Amino acid sequence: MIECKDLVKIYRNGDVETQALKGVSFEIEDGEFVAIIGPSGSGKSTLMHIIGALDTPTSGSYILGGQEMSSLDDNELSDIRRTKIGFVFQSFNLLPRTTVLRNVMLPLLYSNTSEKEREQRALESLKYAGMDESKVYNLSNQLSGGQMQRVAIARALINNPSIILADEPTGNLDTKTSHIVMKTFQELNAKGHTIVLITHEEEIANFASRVISIRDGVVESDRKT
Amino acid sequence: MLLDLLKETLWSLTGNKIRSSLTMLGIVIGIASVIAMVAIGQGAQNSIAKSIESIGSNLIIIMPGAARGSGISQGRGSAETLTMEDVNAISTQVSDISAVAPEVSRRYQITAGGNNTNTQVVGTLPAYTEVRNVQIDLGSFLNAQQVQTSSKVAVLGATARDDLFGANANPIGQAIRVNGVGFTVIGVTVLKGGAGFNNPDDYVYVPISTDQHYLAGNNFVSDISAAATSPDTIAAAQQEVTDLLLTRHKITDPTQADFNILNQADIISTASSVTSTFTTLLASIAGISLLVGGIGIMNMMLTTVTERTREIGLRKAVGVRRIYINMQFLAEAVVLTFLGGIIGIILGWLMSMLASHFLNMTTQVSVSAILLAFGVSAGIGIIFGFYPARRAAALSPIEALRYE
Repeated sequence: MIECKDLVKIYRNGDVETQALKGVSFEIEDGEFVAIIGPSGSGKSTLMHIIGALDTPTSGSYILGGQEMSSLDDNELSDIRRTKIGFVFQSFNLLPRTTVLRNVMLPLLYSNTSEKEREQRALESLKYAGMDESKVYNLSNQLSGGQMQRVAIARALINNPSIILADEPTGNLDTKTSHIVMKTFQELNAKGHTIVLITHEEEIANFASRVISIRDGVVESDRKT
Repeated sequence: MLLDLLKETLWSLTGNKIRSSLTMLGIVIGIASVIAMVAIGQGAQNSIAKSIESIGSNLIIIMPGAARGSGISQGRGSAETLTMEDVNAISTQVSDISAVAPEVSRRYQITAGGNNTNTQVVGTLPAYTEVRNVQIDLGSFLNAQQVQTSSKVAVLGATARDDLFGANANPIGQAIRVNGVGFTVIGVTVLKGGAGFNNPDDYVYVPISTDQHYLAGNNFVSDISAAATSPDTIAAAQQEVTDLLLTRHKITDPTQADFNILNQADIISTASSVTSTFTTLLASIAGISLLVGGIGIMNMMLTTVTERTREIGLRKAVGVRRIYINMQFLAEAVVLTFLGGIIGIILGWLMSMLASHFLNMTTQVSVSAILLAFGVSAGIGIIFGFYPARRAAALSPIEALRYE
């Protein structure tokens, strides 16, 4: 359950103040597949950072799973990201020259999990994300774009997070691969995962069950598909 | 936790072998060159100090003044003003002198069997060994009785022995002829290692009385070497000897003295000004290599961190706490610098060994050079490996991920 109430974010760069969010409020229930759509400069990235516990709002409240997030420090935000949020980025952000398995295991670093259990969870996660099992020991830079994004999804899933946050996950992919990746998200949603998708493409947003449209720092529309 | 840290560090270093080895190369070169340079410099300094010591300890040399005839000076040391009485007076009346050895020296043609050579024949006393640090290899040096009785015995320098009897031969008991006078060889001195016109290894020592009687034909001495009781008394001893000789020679104006006195401290101070210039030169070369090595390390570390800021951003985004990221980068820098440091020390040591082996130089690896080189390189490596990483870890994950 995500609750955003009057989120305001102001960036200060010297004397210049930019108000990226001007009071955004909405709720996302568990198990929803929501697309947040808007043109560049609309404030959707800022909103994504706040939802993803990468940044805190200037004012307003953001509650994730019953916990108020707007006043946490760097370490607490790190812990939230590790346990409650799975990220999928536009540019995949895999560790280069590193095996698929190791990439997926990255969020389990410094946790009290044995190496064996980590590997097992990573393998499960990869299977879950639809990754071919024969490729788990390949290096990340030997994969195709679609495969990389699947590895990233598997990495996002490994800690069984409350929400999966996908920031333009199809931005670097061709149409066909984009559709395959979006299908994967739909399957995950069908299995009960909450998914928040950030995009600027109407077509991609339509894979979600609900579309929140952001423009100039405010919610423009909120509709079911 | 710690295991994870170690594994991440090792994985990161072994996963980027070229990056790791280039970083290490800077450290290795910096440390190795400093160690080798300082080792060669110290070795050279030591060998200079040793060769100064070999001419004697706390030595004072008294030489006659210039002989003048019809207003023409024949140069310092040419006058015949010093006598055996002066020698006796110095040894009995100057308290800061522990030993006195007069010399009557001149070059003569020497023959032994079919060989002959032209070398310096020194007539002296048994005390010469103490004053001039002469050591005996075979047989014995001159003794008091041989001086008393003007015995025709001779002690050969190692080079003189080689010339007359062949390398490493034992000439004890053999006969040599100096300027036609027959002598019996009773000893050979240990090789001092010297070269040139005044090579102390190419001397032939005979009793001073024998020399004066059979070779020189007069009672004068060429110069007097005296040993002060300690390095601190050299100056006092020199003054006492000057005063004594002025009185004995009935000279009131010291500027008109008919003798000159030179002490080892003067020689040492000249030599040490040479060696200190030498040391400064080597230290600056070593400093420059260290600087260049340091810049190499710095470059590599900074490029690495720029490249890895995105990795840091990713680690943060997936929820790795900042402290673990800092610790990992610190561990990487420490492992790299220490590994590079150890290789550098071994390489530097090998280089100085090779230099001493093939270039025939004395080298001495000094602990302080190792510590300095290692400290500077490790410092640079750790600071420039860790500090930018720390800064990157403090960025928001999004900024770090977007870093170009």
